[in-house]
Amino acid sequence: MSQDFEDVLTLAAQWRAAGEQVAIATVTETWGSSPRPAGSQMAVTASGRMAGSVSGGCIEGAVADAARQTMQTGAPQLLDFGVSNERAWEVGLACGGKVKVFVEPLA
Amino acid sequence: MTPALLAALAEARAAKRPVVLATRLPDGVQYLLPDPAAGAALNQAAAAALAEDRSGTQRIDGADWFLHAYNPPLRLIVVGAVHIAQALVPFASEVGFAVTVVDPRRGFASDERFPNVTIRTDWPDEAMAALAPDHRTAVVTLTHDPKLDDPALDQALRSDAFYIGALGSRRTHAARLGRLAALGHSEAALARIKGPVGLNLEAVTAPEIGLSIAAELVAARRGSPLAPARPVAQAA
Repeated sequence: MSQDFEDVLTLAAQWRAAGEQVAIATVTETWGSSPRPAGSQMAVTASGRMAGSVSGGCIEGAVADAARQTMQTGAPQLLDFGVSNERAWEVGLACGGKVKVFVEPLA
Repeated sequence: MTPALLAALAEARAAKRPVVLATRLPDGVQYLLPDPAAGAALNQAAAAALAEDRSGTQRIDGADWFLHAYNPPLRLIVVGAVHIAQALVPFASEVGFAVTVVDPRRGFASDERFPNVTIRTDWPDEAMAALAPDHRTAVVTLTHDPKLDDPALDQALRSDAFYIGALGSRRTHAARLGRLAALGHSEAALARIKGPVGLNLEAVTAPEIGLSIAAELVAARRGSPLAPARPVAQAA
């Protein structure tokens, strides 16, 4: 009934039906002690609404930034979060785990 | 993801049809599986992901695919529309179980006592035959009444239910096992029944007992060391 992916996708569909621009982020791979398993999802709107999670809260901000970018360009992104990543948007996970997050527009 | 694909996914979930959303990384090409257009390898991998109830990224035909397994919700059949059932149902729903409450006593099994829950008022043996518990189903009996609990447990033992629990003291449970043995269930089969039901939280109140049962359902589902031993082969 309240499995989190279901709520997130239902909300994403409702937001889009209400005319919002929406992007969906999904954990596609994890290594080590990452807090949310593959399949965990988060929906973000251009107006700043957010639902769901892809970590314990440490990377949601960075994922939301990437989601806004994806909504502008229409291009999906595969993000790597972990201790060894050097990219500009990279945010370390306090737990020492690593995750990959796929961000796609709902369009 | 296109809105049309999201709608198809929502429809499959509403119809309780197991599906896999396959996404090619990083370009985002997607299929909702099973779909013959996606090719044999992808469809086979999707079937395996559903069987293991596991989402993840796999290399298939030279590309990385994220396979998101959407199984229908786990089911919980609660026999006995009693006070503890009222406490158990919201916890079980919250952790992802689709709950059906079975009790032929209409005074107990009322919509007022169980809002937004599927209720059956047929006898447990009929209800269990219709519900056909499978490997994604848990069965919990709470009536304390052998007339109601025993037929449900008898059928649960003949099914692949991943968890079977029965409310009652150790003494009640021993008597219950004697009656079920007389119905032809082996000792190994009877060991599948968790009695007393629930994780040992020293629970006292109905909500505490409901929480302990819901916690044990999660433990059984996730293969925690706190869970009762995995079910043995089906009963004779």
